[in-house]
This record gives sequence, structure tokens and C-alpha cells, in this order.
Amino acid sequence: MTMTLDRLTEIKQKNEELVLVRKLVAAKAEEMAKHTAYRKQILVCGGTGCTSSGSKKVIDALESEIKEKNLTDVLVVRTGCFGLCALGPIVIVYPEGAFYSQATPEGAKRIIDEHIIKGMICKDLLYPETVHTDGEILPLSKTNFYAKQMRIALKNCGVIDPENIEEYIALNGYLALHKVLTSMNQDQVIDTVLASGLRGRGGAGFPTGRKWAFCKSTKGDIKYVCCNADEGDPGAFMDRSILEGDPHAVIEAMAIAGFAIGASQGYVYVRAEYPIAVQRLEIAIKQAREYGFLGENIFGTGFNFDIEIRLGAGAFVCGEETALMTSIEGKRGEPRPRPPFPAVEGLFKKPTVLNNVETYANIAQIILKGADWYSSIGTETSKGTKVFALGGKITNVGLVEVPMGTTLREIIEEIGGGIPNGKRFKAAQTGGPSGGCIPSVHIDTPIDYESLSKIGSMMGSGGLIIMDEDTCMVDIAKFYLEFTCEESCGKCVPCRIGTHRLLQMLDDITKGKATLEELDRIEELAEHMKVSCLCALGQTASNPVVSTLRYFREEYIDHIVNKRCTAKKCKDLLHYRIDPDKCKGCTLCARNCPVNAISGKVKEPHHIDVNTCIKCGLCMQNCKFGAVFME
Amino acid sequence: MATMAFRGTPKQERELRKFIQAHKDQPGAMMPVLQEAQGVYGYLPIEVQQIISEEMGVPLSQVFGVATFYSQFSLTPKGEHTVSVCLGTACYVKGADKILSAIEDRLGIKAGECTPDGFFSIESCRCLGACGLAPVMTVDGEVYGKCTPESAVEIINSYYKEV
Repeated sequence: MTMTLDRLTEIKQKNEELVLVRKLVAAKAEEMAKHTAYRKQILVCGGTGCTSSGSKKVIDALESEIKEKNLTDVLVVRTGCFGLCALGPIVIVYPEGAFYSQATPEGAKRIIDEHIIKGMICKDLLYPETVHTDGEILPLSKTNFYAKQMRIALKNCGVIDPENIEEYIALNGYLALHKVLTSMNQDQVIDTVLASGLRGRGGAGFPTGRKWAFCKSTKGDIKYVCCNADEGDPGAFMDRSILEGDPHAVIEAMAIAGFAIGASQGYVYVRAEYPIAVQRLEIAIKQAREYGFLGENIFGTGFNFDIEIRLGAGAFVCGEETALMTSIEGKRGEPRPRPPFPAVEGLFKKPTVLNNVETYANIAQIILKGADWYSSIGTETSKGTKVFALGGKITNVGLVEVPMGTTLREIIEEIGGGIPNGKRFKAAQTGGPSGGCIPSVHIDTPIDYESLSKIGSMMGSGGLIIMDEDTCMVDIAKFYLEFTCEESCGKCVPCRIGTHRLLQMLDDITKGKATLEELDRIEELAEHMKVSCLCALGQTASNPVVSTLRYFREEYIDHIVNKRCTAKKCKDLLHYRIDPDKCKGCTLCARNCPVNAISGKVKEPHHIDVNTCIKCGLCMQNCKFGAVFME
Repeated sequence: MATMAFRGTPKQERELRKFIQAHKDQPGAMMPVLQEAQGVYGYLPIEVQQIISEEMGVPLSQVFGVATFYSQFSLTPKGEHTVSVCLGTACYVKGADKILSAIEDRLGIKAGECTPDGFFSIESCRCLGACGLAPVMTVDGEVYGKCTPESAVEIINSYYKEV
């Protein structure tokens, strides 16, 4: 059945109040809830993080309790990611907006019995930050984690049920597609995206509108729209969360892109490591077809568009655009030289537009709210917001969306809640294996595409890994090189051999086998790789080394000259020793040493012969007095 | 690792051939076909690649080329259970390397190998996106978060207790 504006409006009105209860502040939400069939709504995060923490068991417990108590006016909704993954599983009860963290099935029973039935919020189960000292409950938007965030790409994540298209429609879903198809021409759509200043969120930051304009101007009977959901940067999970929490936003945007460039077929290339995202996307595509947002003659305008999912199979290089398309074609996912650019010759040799998930997630709102609204957010050169996956040594691990230009300090100290265990901030890593690190001296840099590349890092797809003083920068550089070395597809020589050589040199440094000349060689090789590798994987592979060398050179020198790793991470440079003041001479360590490296008489301090020691650590494990230490 | 004799059944072969027939005409069918084949057989031995080559009408070398390019395709059989340790950055910073070596020590094999009795295989995997729970490991797809070397070994032990 063809979708019409009337039907769309009807579905929107039918569901609007139900969903708005979750968006409004408490008093208004309570008023709104009276208009719906449900007195209480319990939202439970069903994203990967919370599912792994056991949110399914919480949902089961809630539902069985509701059934047992016959509470017909209570609704349980499984949503996408709320962002605060470290505190999962997360449960929010509306209209109050009570935010329960680290929920358990037992806690779920109490929420039903005490909160839902008796109206007494279980304050001891709430996220502590939402309980004010005087006992009052703060709305989520007032907590440090959420206060500085601005949600555009994530606006529906954690709000709607991603498996229910009507909830997406309730929050203006598919209205942008209708607007585009019925009142705009191709150029107007492209001009709007161009004027918004939206740039590719996959990392490179190419203006999205310009990409679309290139592809539209290329002649061709068949064109394709692709979505890059091959989120391979370790530590980045923005795209996964969007697909899990708001898949229709991506579908709608792809259809809009299809109209703008004149394509009728789209492909989403998703990592197979993301089973929940794939499943939600499948459901969403099916529903979009049933409701007439995909398929033939959409909104009766004669525009046809459909989407297919293609699964990746674990190759990082397939995040590179030409490699991704080669993989969809069913071949080895190797990149090819550009030009020709995909906009001219892409998938199946046809003109193709390829954008990242997060980029698409902005499109519908740019169409609805206008380019001026979008370009008013952010900095001079980087408009809008950026989603970061905040991870590593940070209190609030999770997903955050902030306007471009927010400083790293705001993200780490305010939103992220600082570094745990009283440790000191050492560096932040952005851009994954292609990016670099930001040392503490640059913590007040406003984040945008240009400022990050100026200080030797890059925006990347949005992984933001925080490191404290226990992190060894040489070891981290080596970690990334191991990654790119393994993921190099092997097609071009500079990358295949260059990554190996770089890794070898780093390995020598962490083992105390290198000389200072190694540092010059690393920099020289990095320079060569930057100019001669075929694709971005190789061109940027040296970034983690170059940027750590730039800011933490003394740490490299310490490894090479003094054979010392102050972060105590590089095992080969560490030695086990016994503190003579703490050693009681119990002989337990000596008896457990597999290579008889420990000597000493009973009741006298023992000694480890570092030349014999194989660093197995058994002495340290066995010592009851904490006398064995590493240095 | 000793190679195991191929033990595909006629039922598996029918299932695979049927899938290929249904999909071979869609553009870029090779990846979905290999994924299905691995789903049916658990891995992609040369015998299975031959079926694919024959049915799709492409040279075996091409099938082999694609199958060996992607890390998710395995040419050797996996253990009854697979433990996968995430070595993404967030997990690494929080000590994933120690989790992996604890499991390797417990099972007496290295990542990428299978225990001689075919019960467990170890893999190291790319970021699962469950960074909020780092360090993370999975056993047969079930995610275990906030692991320590001790808890990881205990999880492995629990699978042996079930037998």
C-alpha cells in the first residue's frame, strides 16, 4: 500500500504522546502520560553493552512480574543505547524519569513492587548522581554526563523502540523523506546538505553535499547509495549504537540520498561482529518496506528505492571506501587507486555515494530543520555535533554526542567524570589505528577536524580512548602497529612491508634492543609510507607512532637508553626484585621458582638473579609479605 | 594442528547447493554464499570450496582467494566451544593481553588453535563494541564483561564442568 502524508500523520499522532512522555521533563510528562494507555513506561537498554551486562534477564524479570501482578497499564520498551554503558543494564521509568543503573532481575522485581505499584522510587537503586543530597531526584539531563551533550545523531537512541517503526514516525520519522520527494528537487536537497556544512563522520571529513553533487552530475543509468557500517576502529562503537537504537534514521537518509543522486538501490555494509545491529536493521528494512518507505512508488511519487544488507567478514581494510565496494562485489576486499572516485566509478563500476552511518543519521533533521539550524552548531569549519565512544581509563565509559568545538577537558572531566583511581591523565587517543594521541598540554583544544589534525591527531570515526599514567606510549604505538600490520591487505608494498618494519623497530624498542638511530629510521619510513601507500590504511598506519614520538619522545629514549619502562608495561625491560626489608626469608618464592633463580638462607632476605629469571611472576604471586616487586 | 578428515553430510551439501542456486544470480553473491557455507559446515575446507566453485561457475582459486582474505572465514575446524578475547583498544588498555595469556595457559594452546580433544578453541577478536565492559571475552557468542585473568579461567572451567 502506498504511504500518504495523511496516513503518516495519523500514525504519528497515534503514537506521539506515548513517545513524548519519554522526552519531556517530569511534570509535563506526567500530564502527557494521562493521555496514553500506559500509566508507567519502563525503558530498558537493549544495546550491545547492556545486553552483555544482562539486560535481557532484567526485561524478562520485569515482564513476568508485570504479568503476575496483572499490570495492564505498564509498558516495557527495549530501546537502543542510552550512552552510559559502564553502568548497564540501564532502566528508566517514565514519566518520572527515574534512572536505575546496574539493574538486576532482583532489582527489577523491587522496581515493580515498590516503584510501579506503591509509587515509592527505589532510591538506593538509582544512578547515584541523579539523587540530590536532599533526596530529590534530578532529571537525567541535569547530570554531568548528559548536561553538556547535544543529541542530533543519537536523538532517538534510548528513546524509541528501534523495532517499532511507529515510534520512529512519532518523532517526525519519514517526514523528511516526504518533504524531499514531494516539495524539493534533487539540487535543492544537495544544496541543503551542502549549506548545512555536514562533513563525513567516518573520519576524513569530506563535505557530504559535495560528494552527492559529484555523483549526481556523473552521467549513468544506474547509481548506488552505500552505507559504511564497517566500524572497524577498535574502541569505536557509535555506528553500532545508531544502528541498534535508531536504524530507521539511516534508512530514511539513504532513501533521501538515493533521490538526490538518482539511485534506486542501496547497500548497507555491516560488520558481522555486530549481530544485534544487523538484526535490528533487518527488522527496520522489513518494516520500512511494509509501510511503503522502501520499494516502488514511494509516497506515490514514482520514486523507487530499496536497501540490501551485506555482511563483512572481519577485514579492517574494508572500511576504506574502494575496498568496501570491492567486498560487496564478492571479491577480496582490497582497495584500488583513486581516481576514479566512487562518485564516478564505484560499486559494480557505477557512480556511487558512500557515507558513514553517523553522517546519515544527521540528514533527516537537516532536511526538516534546515541548513541554517545545523550550521549554527559547531565551529567555523566543522558544523554540527560529533559522537564519541569514550573508553579506556575514564569513569563514565560510554557514548557521548557534543557540539563540534567542545574541548577535550570538558569531555574528560565533566562528561566523562575524570580518570578513576586518582590517576593522572596522560593522553587521549583519537582516530584509532589511523589517528594519534593528544597529550595533556592540548587538553583545552576545541575539538574539530582542523584543530585535531593540527596537533597531529585526527577526528577519525569517533573512538576516544583515555589513557592514564599507567599506559606506556611505546606499547600503545606497538599495539596499533600490530593491528595495522595484521590488517594490511598486502596489495601494495609500502604498506605490507612498511608496517612490518615499523612494528619490528617498535618491538626492538620495547625489548631494549634498539639504538637511538631507530627513531630517525622510524620517522623516515613513516614519511615514505605516507606518500606511497595505496590507501588510507597504509598512509595513516604510522600516525600512532609519529604522534607518540612527537609528544612522548623522552619515553622512547628512556626505553632505548636506560632500558626502562616507567609505566611498567614492557615486560622485557622489567626485573623482579625482592625488598630486603619486607622479605622474611620464608623460602616460598625460592621453592616455587621454576628456574632456581632465587637464592637466600632461611629467615634471611632472598635475592633474585635477574639473568636466570624468566619473569614468570610466580614468586610475586606466592609471596605472602608483598616483598617481590617489579622495576 | 592435525587436519581432520572432511565429514560433510549429503544433507549439508543439499542445503548449500540450494542456497547457491537461489542466490548465485544476485550481484556480489560470493560473500553471502561463503557465510552460509561456513554456517552450514562450521568451516570452509577445500571440499566445500569445491562445491561453491562448481555451483557458482567460478574458478576454485577465486573462491579460495576470497575465503582466505577475511579473518572470519576459517579453513580449519573449530572446537566445540570457542572463546574469543577482544583485543580492541579499550580492552587492551584495561589488560586484555593478560586475559588472553591466562586462557592460553589454562587450555595449553595459543590463540588460533584448538585443544587436541576438539573441545575448546581460542581466538582473539577485533573490537566487539562492548567497550563499556572492557575487558571483554565471549564464549560461543555469550559476552562476559569486566573480566580478570582469574574470572576468565573460571569461566573456561565452568564449560568443563558442564560436560
